[in-house]
Amino acid sequence: MTFRLSCRDLEFLKTLRFNDEDLQTLTSTEQKEVEETVLKKYSTFHASKKAYDSAPDVNRHKHALFLTDSLLNLSKGYEALDASRTWICYWVLHSLSLLEVLIGDKVKTACTQFLAKCQNPTGGFGGGPGQISHLAPTYAAVNALIILGTEEAYKVINREKLSDFLWTLKQQNGSFCMHVDGEIDIRGVYCALAVASLTNILSDKLCENTAGWIISCQTYEGGFGGCPDMEAHGGYTFCGLASLIILGKHHLCDIQSLLRWLVHRQMSLEGGFQGRTNKLVDGCYSFWQGAAFTLIHNLLDNPPQHYLFDNRALQEYILICAQHSNGGLIDKPGKHRDEYHSCYVLSGLSIAQHFNSDYQILGNSRNEVACTHPVYNIRVDLLKKGIFHYRASKLVEEL
Amino acid sequence: MSSASSDEELGTEYTFYRDKPDWKDIEPLSQDEDDPVVAIDYSPEFTDVFNYFRAIVSKGEKSERALILTKDAVKLNPANYTVWQYRREVLKELNKDLYEELCFIEAIIFKQPKNYQVWQHRRILVEWVNDPKYEKNVTKIAIEKDAKNYHAWQHRQWVIKRFNLYEDELNFVEKLIELDVRNNSAWNHRYFIINNSTGFTEDILRKEIDFTLENIRKATENESSWNYLRGLVLHNNQGLSGNKTITEFCESLYSSGNKSSFLLSLIVDICGEQASKGVVDADVKIERGRALCEELATKIDPIRKNYWRYIAENLENGIKTSGDSSKVL
Ligand SMILES: [Zn+2]
Repeated sequence: MTFRLSCRDLEFLKTLRFNDEDLQTLTSTEQKEVEETVLKKYSTFHASKKAYDSAPDVNRHKHALFLTDSLLNLSKGYEALDASRTWICYWVLHSLSLLEVLIGDKVKTACTQFLAKCQNPTGGFGGGPGQISHLAPTYAAVNALIILGTEEAYKVINREKLSDFLWTLKQQNGSFCMHVDGEIDIRGVYCALAVASLTNILSDKLCENTAGWIISCQTYEGGFGGCPDMEAHGGYTFCGLASLIILGKHHLCDIQSLLRWLVHRQMSLEGGFQGRTNKLVDGCYSFWQGAAFTLIHNLLDNPPQHYLFDNRALQEYILICAQHSNGGLIDKPGKHRDEYHSCYVLSGLSIAQHFNSDYQILGNSRNEVACTHPVYNIRVDLLKKGIFHYRASKLVEEL
Repeated sequence: MSSASSDEELGTEYTFYRDKPDWKDIEPLSQDEDDPVVAIDYSPEFTDVFNYFRAIVSKGEKSERALILTKDAVKLNPANYTVWQYRREVLKELNKDLYEELCFIEAIIFKQPKNYQVWQHRRILVEWVNDPKYEKNVTKIAIEKDAKNYHAWQHRQWVIKRFNLYEDELNFVEKLIELDVRNNSAWNHRYFIINNSTGFTEDILRKEIDFTLENIRKATENESSWNYLRGLVLHNNQGLSGNKTITEFCESLYSSGNKSSFLLSLIVDICGEQASKGVVDADVKIERGRALCEELATKIDPIRKNYWRYIAENLENGIKTSGDSSKVL
């Protein structure tokens, strides 16, 4: 069933401002500044909307232009992301797939060849050609290849070597480092388990002790930190929860405290999510926190018939505050657009719109974006096709 | 995105590696791409430095000039983990003064405090010299600039755990909480210190509960201190409802007319816990919890309406919603 949603009342929003109880600190000052910026955006929308508008449109055309442009050329300013080009490839391809923008065969082949150049003979992918293998770009490359979805793209991944690479990063305590000599955090676990499960090379031995290590990252607040003892954080919580689900070990964590932490990350006035307690709203957490709700839903003893977050308010934040006027999506009003935020804001929009088999669309029904998978963040149909392909392939032990 | 131009980064009188006489023996290696996608419009300096970097890596050259080259390369892109990794190999091979390297990385950290690679490089150096003496100060400066910098906190926690440097940490964190009682990273650090040093003994637990309640009084809408309080209770086997200091504090705050959603949420859990313990007036407790949830859903915390209704439903169904401490600890 499709439900049409409309925006919250402006006067009501004004009552939701943060109450600093006459104790001003840096946190409260910054929070209030952001609230005023956001309120201004909401006021502008309400003042300019026509009677039949219930919400702004998703600027599909402008987003698609920004994204297809970045797929080909990036300005000199992107030198700082020269070790994340595989990521950019994934961010753009995934965003375009959610917008259902088709990519020509020539560009698909070019992307496939580029990703192939980023793969190292010893297994895994680097952030660009000639860079050593790293789990984050490996995850990005595998996802991008599955999104490309051609035989040619599927064949790029050397699964046997990928398995070798994962083994070089595996720690005895169950965690994974990001690259040889690299940092150890919960992203490593998620990236390793995601690529291993997608390409059908995940063995019990590879994830020995891993669930226990993930659980040790759950904090007293309920969310997960990047490593044991660190503060609960949206990105790391997603990694922890998605990994436990891949392992089928979600019952080991404290679901109720996780849920309590998670619901409190949604900002009352803004409608979007913050990444940590007492931090500011940021569009990219629309996915990291939003997807965690989808993941947690089926783990509850008595799952309710509705979302446990306000998916209307999240869509409102995305449509009114997180779209850049020139295309591309952003963290919050006044910030620059980039491919990372475009990807995770659109993915969050997808999560907010799709609940079980219902569609809950804020504004015009053309605002609907395709359905993404909450564990892998790949469009569901492309994911199924990819998983089917690798399931049919031999297990690594048999190679 | 870094807007700093590479000329600025490398100094105005940049000499291309291709023009340097002492690099004449090296054939630069351009990036291996035929039909590039996500192609960056590199500056000539960037291309020059990385062409030579690729060349020395492919030769496996570990020399003084290679070390200088990696310095230029990381200045152009401090997120290039391949360069850092190679630089470490050269440092080791040449047996370089690692304290000098600690100074170098410190300067880069202050320019790029939110970058994984620079902190990882520092961590490996600290391991190599086996000397943590500068780490508290470096992280202190980073935290002064951004009190919630995740990388800085993570480095500080690592060094404290690795070298057993818990002493004086509570003072450090107490000042930060005084400065901004809403700094959640500071509260998390407080938990970390106690949990890993003295542990939450009965005595410490009592002191911590007092400290937290005092801070809640100052700002009752501050989630950080309420969350910390819940964290403390995980170490108290009487649970929430069994701790008189907490229950009396909550009731008196509630009677004063305070409507902090965190206060109400805690009372809901206290009610649920009491009911599940089978008190005589269990249905009265559930009824109260349910009413508070409805007040949260409709008046106080409407964005979490669905959640409060879910909690209310499960209070009635007797499903445990207050968390399971055995799983977190
Ligand atoms: Zn963001």
